[in-house]
Amino acid sequence: MNIFLSLITALTLATPLVAQADTTQPAAGSTGQQNAAEKGLAIAKDRKQRDLGWGNSEARMTMTLRNSQGEESVREIRLKSLEVVDDGDKGLTIFDEPRDVKGTAFLNFSHTGKPDEQWLYLPALKRVKRIASRNKSGPFMGSEFAYEDMSSFELEKYSFTYLREETLNGVVCHVVEQIPTDEFSGYTKQIVWLDTEHLRAQQVEFYDRKKSLLKTLSFSDYKLYKDKFWRADVLTMVNHQNGKSTVLNTSELRFDTGLTDADFNDATLSRVR
Amino acid sequence: MKTLWLNTILRYPWILLLLLLALAFGASVGGKNLYFRGDYKVFFSQDYAPLQDFEEMQRIFNKNDNISVLVVPQNGDVFTNENLTLLAELTKEAWQTPFSSRVDSVVNFQHTWSEYDDMIVEDLVQNPQDLSAADLQRIRNIAFNEPNLNGGLVAEDGRAAIVNITVQIPDATETKDNTAEVIQVVDFVKGLTDELSSRYPQAAFYHTGVIPMNYSFATEGQKDMETLVPAMLGLIVLMLAVMLRSVLAMLATVVVLVLTISVTMGLGGWLGFFLSTGTINVPIVVMTLAVADCVHLVASAQFAMREGRSRSEAIGFALDLNLMPVFITSATTAVGFLTLVLSESPVLADFGILSAIGVMVAFVLSVTLLPVLLLILPVRVKVSPEHHGGMEKFAGWVVRHQRTLLPVTALLMLIFGSFVTLNVVNDESTKYFAKGTDFRDSVDIQEEYLSGTETIDWALYSGEAQGVNAPEFIAKTEAFAEWLRQQPEVDHVTTLSDTFKRLNKNMHGDDESYYRIPQDRELAAQYLLLYEMSLPYGLDLNNQLNVDKSSTRLTSTLKNLGSKEIVELEDRARAWFAENAAGIRLAAASPSLMFSHIGETNMDSMIVSMIAALILISALLVVALRSVRLGAISLIPNLGPALVGFGIWGLISGEINLGLSIVASMTLGIIVDDTVHFLAKYKRARDDGKDAEAAVRYAFSSVGRALLITTVVLVAGFSMLAFSAFRLNSDMGLATALIIFIALLVDFFFLPAFLLRLDKNNQAHCNTPHKQQELKTETHPASTLTGETL
Repeated sequence: MNIFLSLITALTLATPLVAQADTTQPAAGSTGQQNAAEKGLAIAKDRKQRDLGWGNSEARMTMTLRNSQGEESVREIRLKSLEVVDDGDKGLTIFDEPRDVKGTAFLNFSHTGKPDEQWLYLPALKRVKRIASRNKSGPFMGSEFAYEDMSSFELEKYSFTYLREETLNGVVCHVVEQIPTDEFSGYTKQIVWLDTEHLRAQQVEFYDRKKSLLKTLSFSDYKLYKDKFWRADVLTMVNHQNGKSTVLNTSELRFDTGLTDADFNDATLSRVR
Repeated sequence: MKTLWLNTILRYPWILLLLLLALAFGASVGGKNLYFRGDYKVFFSQDYAPLQDFEEMQRIFNKNDNISVLVVPQNGDVFTNENLTLLAELTKEAWQTPFSSRVDSVVNFQHTWSEYDDMIVEDLVQNPQDLSAADLQRIRNIAFNEPNLNGGLVAEDGRAAIVNITVQIPDATETKDNTAEVIQVVDFVKGLTDELSSRYPQAAFYHTGVIPMNYSFATEGQKDMETLVPAMLGLIVLMLAVMLRSVLAMLATVVVLVLTISVTMGLGGWLGFFLSTGTINVPIVVMTLAVADCVHLVASAQFAMREGRSRSEAIGFALDLNLMPVFITSATTAVGFLTLVLSESPVLADFGILSAIGVMVAFVLSVTLLPVLLLILPVRVKVSPEHHGGMEKFAGWVVRHQRTLLPVTALLMLIFGSFVTLNVVNDESTKYFAKGTDFRDSVDIQEEYLSGTETIDWALYSGEAQGVNAPEFIAKTEAFAEWLRQQPEVDHVTTLSDTFKRLNKNMHGDDESYYRIPQDRELAAQYLLLYEMSLPYGLDLNNQLNVDKSSTRLTSTLKNLGSKEIVELEDRARAWFAENAAGIRLAAASPSLMFSHIGETNMDSMIVSMIAALILISALLVVALRSVRLGAISLIPNLGPALVGFGIWGLISGEINLGLSIVASMTLGIIVDDTVHFLAKYKRARDDGKDAEAAVRYAFSSVGRALLITTVVLVAGFSMLAFSAFRLNSDMGLATALIIFIALLVDFFFLPAFLLRLDKNNQAHCNTPHKQQELKTETHPASTLTGETL
């Protein structure tokens, strides 16, 4: 699964496996916490159901980083994604810009029952290195997106609670809280706004370890692919604590490009162009 | 005008009282607008270049305002199961600190190593309670060999460690203070370490860093307000009771003093001033100066009552006598304070303006409210002329010994004055707080166990995107870091070049021979990408790299130095850079640097302020004394005390910090009062046709005692500031008290001898055609008392 697409789905999907009520968070118009958890799950389940069967895809993206001084930096990447049934998805990220890391390729296997696996091909060293780190919350290429924000979402990683219905930018949304279950997560919770019509993520708030609002991610320019799958072209992450922001822009997205499992292994990593 | 005023007071005291109280109340209400800014940045104006450099660097890289917890275990070794467990717990809990964005310690240091084709990135210390002796030894070795840790987060001998918490507190602005956030952060961390120390009694905890420094600015300033102001008021009540010998007169004076303070601060509030460590001492200064005004008036009234006049007659007499002199001395004092607006540091300018307002408020209230209160209160004085004759005897002694006094005092002034050169401009921000305050003690302990607490951040701009990956750039960064490490002022340097070297080693199977800069920029860039992908939340490199990786920030920890040494180090670094790394732009910034530079630039502005004060005050004197000649003569007793005072300061301290820089301008306005009083009386006697000797005797007998008493009050008041835990205030108070005391000595020993010498061949000084209105005194026995004249 494309790591960026998974970002979108990650924040919105759920399975009953990890369903548990958040004992501290009452639901709006509460009919009980049990109810809020069930409703949160139901929405996530529904959302997941709607996104099943996308198969594989290839995308071109630019990432624009800004700091509060006004400095700007652009990264360009290509992404190949493969949907894996009954396990986490597979993703291959190829870096085109900045020039110094051109040709660097990042392979990621998400898993449902064990830690993700990651490899990085370094063309300058002509070697594939496995990243043996449990840390997933650091910045992705120095941006305000954490690797964790973009790694393939696995349902075990969150518990869900339905909070309320709310209109955001004129769109009626379900507001759902997601609590990461991974102790190495950089977040204590995420609050997700999903439009009630298509269950597309409109906004996500990320709360840090001390439960303060850290970042807000906004989705815009949604497009419909294969008459079924909604994807946002523009993702904007704003860090409220350091004043930096990152905009992730999809310039090209194609489904059914013929990718197979054979395109996603550490041997193919060194051959990607 | 004056008569009208007098009559109004005498006829309608109650109406006036109510009117004044209403006005005072209206002004005091402004106090609700006052707020306290504990932020150390109050010392710098928004357009102050070193502040802008600092804030720019904070925007380009992440902010690095910090609170460091220094942990000193009793057993002298942090590398034990128990002590590492303590550090791990502290590191984990520190993430809960409000506004924190990262926590760095030896525990969560991202140790990297390789295994086959794996790059492993993990916390250096994991499960500390279960570590074996061999594990502990391994961790110790890694820590000692890692330049980012050794001498930075762990003492070189392992006796102490630091957990450094970086916070992102919103910057204080004109409208939004951040003191509450600072206090929130420090209270949280102190609560955390208090809790830990109850469970780990084997270790001591200390707090240093920018945030605790800010906290100290906020809390020590407020402590001063809570302790020194009441203490000062108590001292004044005591002094007044002794000097005025009347409880009611003392009470009336205290009412005036309290109202003077509340009106001054209230007006400050209406005018949009805020309180800070720099302005917190305004109440003490204003109170001290107001006492002098009141004493003159009350003493004159009491004198008249002793002579048998009725209370209202006596008060009329006192007002008539004192209105103009008190006005002139208040005006000169206010002018002295006002020249502080030229200060480079906005809070010092605020201090000057607020004090000037206070001095004028004190004048107004002491010639309105005070006489009204004295009229209303049943103040009684026994009719019994008081006699001392002490001043007359002293005058005689001075006249007799004039030939010896003049050269001896002149010589003493020259000798002490020459020590002025021993002073150097020096601001040591860590030593702004007295020993015994938490912050200062923590700073001293950190210096003893680990490192100084001053820092300079250096930004190296390559000028091209991704430029930090170029081996030449890394090599220059490394060379610069090495150069810094060799400087005697530097305790520790954190640099990205060390990270590059370590990664290169890791990528070559941990082969030590690869502990060097990667040979090409693609390699460097890709190592960095790999490394950054592996780092956990909050421990990224964004505090060392900007967004397009065109520049990197080095952090150097320095010994606790004075501003001079810090500026010298900066200059040397820039020189080294110009010679060895010409293509790279270097910027330097830090709170230490800001304080270091403000001392120098402020001193320049204060020299201008001093000259302005001197010219303005001398002009006022010429007008007041109606004599250019006396105005010129007054220059010596006006300038001499500051010269001698700073000479003595050179002997006892020699350090001119921000607090000291304002002393010369400020004291000039105060000590000039003594000269005015003395010269006015002298001139009056001369105008009346007396010879110089008789004029000197007259001057002593009429104002000698008043000068003595006001000097005692002023010296006591400013000495009170010496008890401030904040050194800018304590040094300022001490030096001011010293100079005011010297001013009295100069006026008593040098000035009369000087006048006698100058006027020797000048027996009959011509009468000035117009009689002096302002400084006129009633003819009364030239014996006498406190403040009977101006």
